[in-house]
Amino acid sequence: MSLMANRRPDWKTSGTPWVWLTAGTVAFSLILVLGVLGMVGYQGVIHFWPSSVVQISLKGNQAGTALGEVAGSETVSVARLRDQGLQTPEGVKQVERLLLKTGNRKIYGFDFKWFNATDYDDLSVPPDVAVIEREEWGNFYGFLVGLKFDGQVLKGRRDQLELKLSEMMDRRYEIKEKILRVEKSEMGALNYQMDKIRLERRKLELDQVPGSDPRFASLDSRVSELEEQYIVLGESLKELNQEIDRDSIEMITTQGESVTLDVKDLVRVYFPNNMNVFQKFTHYFAKLWEFVSEDPREANTEGGIFPAIFGTVAMVLLMAVLVTPFGVVAAIYLNEYAAQSALTKVIRIAVNNLAGVPSVVYGVFGLGFFVYFLGGTIDSLFFEANAPAPVFGTPGLMWSSLTLALLTVPVVIVSTEEGLTRIPRSIREGSLALGATKAETLWRTVLPMATPAMMTGLILAVARAAGEVAPLMMVGVVKLAPALPVDGNFPFIHLDRKFMHMGFHIYDVGFQSPNVEAARPLVYATSFLLIILIISLNMTAIKIRNSLREKYNATET
Amino acid sequence: MQPKPDGAQGPNGPNNFAATPSVKVDVEQRSSEVSSVGEQEACLEVENMNFYYGDVKALNNINIIIPERKVTAFIGPSGCGKSTLIRIFNRMNDLIDGTRLEGSVRLNGTEIYDPDLNVADLRRRVGMVFQKPNPFPKSIYENVAYGLRIQGINNRATLNATVEKALKGAALWEEVKDRLHENALSLSGGQQQRLVIARAIAIEPEVLLLDEPASALDPISTLKIEELIYELKSKYTIVIVTHNMQQAARVSDYTAFMYLGDLIEYDETKKLFSTPSIKQTEDYITGRYG
Repeated sequence: MSLMANRRPDWKTSGTPWVWLTAGTVAFSLILVLGVLGMVGYQGVIHFWPSSVVQISLKGNQAGTALGEVAGSETVSVARLRDQGLQTPEGVKQVERLLLKTGNRKIYGFDFKWFNATDYDDLSVPPDVAVIEREEWGNFYGFLVGLKFDGQVLKGRRDQLELKLSEMMDRRYEIKEKILRVEKSEMGALNYQMDKIRLERRKLELDQVPGSDPRFASLDSRVSELEEQYIVLGESLKELNQEIDRDSIEMITTQGESVTLDVKDLVRVYFPNNMNVFQKFTHYFAKLWEFVSEDPREANTEGGIFPAIFGTVAMVLLMAVLVTPFGVVAAIYLNEYAAQSALTKVIRIAVNNLAGVPSVVYGVFGLGFFVYFLGGTIDSLFFEANAPAPVFGTPGLMWSSLTLALLTVPVVIVSTEEGLTRIPRSIREGSLALGATKAETLWRTVLPMATPAMMTGLILAVARAAGEVAPLMMVGVVKLAPALPVDGNFPFIHLDRKFMHMGFHIYDVGFQSPNVEAARPLVYATSFLLIILIISLNMTAIKIRNSLREKYNATET
Repeated sequence: MQPKPDGAQGPNGPNNFAATPSVKVDVEQRSSEVSSVGEQEACLEVENMNFYYGDVKALNNINIIIPERKVTAFIGPSGCGKSTLIRIFNRMNDLIDGTRLEGSVRLNGTEIYDPDLNVADLRRRVGMVFQKPNPFPKSIYENVAYGLRIQGINNRATLNATVEKALKGAALWEEVKDRLHENALSLSGGQQQRLVIARAIAIEPEVLLLDEPASALDPISTLKIEELIYELKSKYTIVIVTHNMQQAARVSDYTAFMYLGDLIEYDETKKLFSTPSIKQTEDYITGRYG
């Protein structure tokens, strides 16, 4: 009887606490990860939702009204406000205040303003208020009173003007698109060719070809040809600009000032307080699409981040192309050919430790070795005509990818080696016994079977590289790149160009932006997009790896 | 041709081997002799061969002649060196660091351990099947075609014909002819082992080395492999290592008994199993040790 009782495990010896502890740790990590994703995702995603615009009537000495989107609210102590030199109500310790995005920077000088709850009453949602996104000067909040088009003036209420306004906006988008095409692609291509010719001419001069050489004449004729084309383009651009200048709209602010806005400066006009859910969703997805597909505006605080997405993907892909062959080949030597001596062990440890070197150190190395030494050498050998302007001797896409490849090569080496070690001896022997040489065995059997392991290495490398920022700041990333590293001008891929990167974009918008409040939601949105981008890059690689694994089943885990 | 002892008998003065207290004396006695049986055409000849793993001597003065187109079985307890010996015939031991061989091993008169010899070429002539089936993670077809592709044969018709012939030769054709392009790892263990045999005979080797080919298989698969060995011996010289004495008795024409790196006795299978001339052999085959 007592024996039975002794045998029954109590709560402690049964291991239950251990199970709870381990499960609790997992749950905690899970909550942290979901918390990060949820917070960043939520903040990033709601930014594009057309929130209502409120109007408040101010009391006391700052009479009038204020109009804007609610950007936040908080309770602060009066003492703090007083320290900041703000007017404070008497007799209370704390005060609630509201942050409004009032826009109209050109008039007020600021976009955001705090209003103490004691300073206003009567918070209303006027249905006719218009929000206008502009090319410059941020949002405009006010009421539409009139339209001017083609010399005609149309005045009236919002609902009477709305239809005509959307016609005007459509016309504006159409012309704007044409202008952009002329400016960016067509004139850009001409400029590119002119620059090419300038370099050719410089090259001839450097080679001390006499001025009477027919090549000069042919270059000159090409230049004049291009100049003619340029003039034609300039004419059409002028016409387009005149056309887009035609229309304007008249607005009044909540304080009664009358403002005329040129339609050419308007990106989008909408009436958030008068939108139904469907319209709000349409607006939301349009904004989202703008975010992922367009260039940034206004010091990166408005518009899209397409160049940053493109730059990140291009850099990561180029890095993958560079790092995979290099790491795999090194791993093959270490695992298959090198004598397994003490030296090999030291090399292996050194390779492993390389992965632990702080990434900013790689940036310094990349700048010193790749950019200045390698790039400088390339410039002095092949791009003499460009001097003193550097081509490769300045930070750029190529050097960024190379630096990150160097940073991630240990990961690829280690995983590939693990994969190679895991190939059963019997498979190698089976191949050798059929008369295959070691190299044939490697190529036909061992390496295909190790591809899942190589993919694992690549996945880890991509995950690391896509999130790196510090080294990139030194070897090629910029705040705003004038052109994408891939375009329609021969040779189409410009590895020497500087590029934008989402990680750096987050830093830049978050910390270097002149307009902090406006930039904050973009920081979240960019972060969220970066996470999504890395996850989708990884998912693609994992999918490829799994299909490879299936192909060579039972030999890789 | 090496001098053969008259009467095609067992290697050495049998009885004094068992009685000899010192191995060293025995080595000297046997040094110039060669174990052989019958008046068969010799395929593999081993002469005064010692083999070392580092400093450890694994095979001690082996002399043996393996006849052409017969099945020769090596039996003996674990660790006696029979697998090491069979792996010498296609220089598989080269893969292990620090191995060393003294003496002479010849395949149809060619010195196998000649440093100038093309090892890949040798392995093409001496096929091998391992203890555990080791098909490549490729299709059945590609497994069999592997050796041919290595030789640069990529002609579809030739490959098709050879694959079919090899699979038929390995008695696997009927079972797999409709799924040649499925992964070989989907076959059963016995089928995989026959596939590996098909892979080996596809390149038409002169010798087929079987290193315990049925030890990982169930009895029915074992039986199939044994039947296959019986059929293959009309075309190939077969050397088989086995733990299973019944198997050796069933499939082989000649049997060699090894013990602790020595070749103890080598004779016609019937004779070795019915009237072994050395007591150690008798003890082993009657199950007294090993």
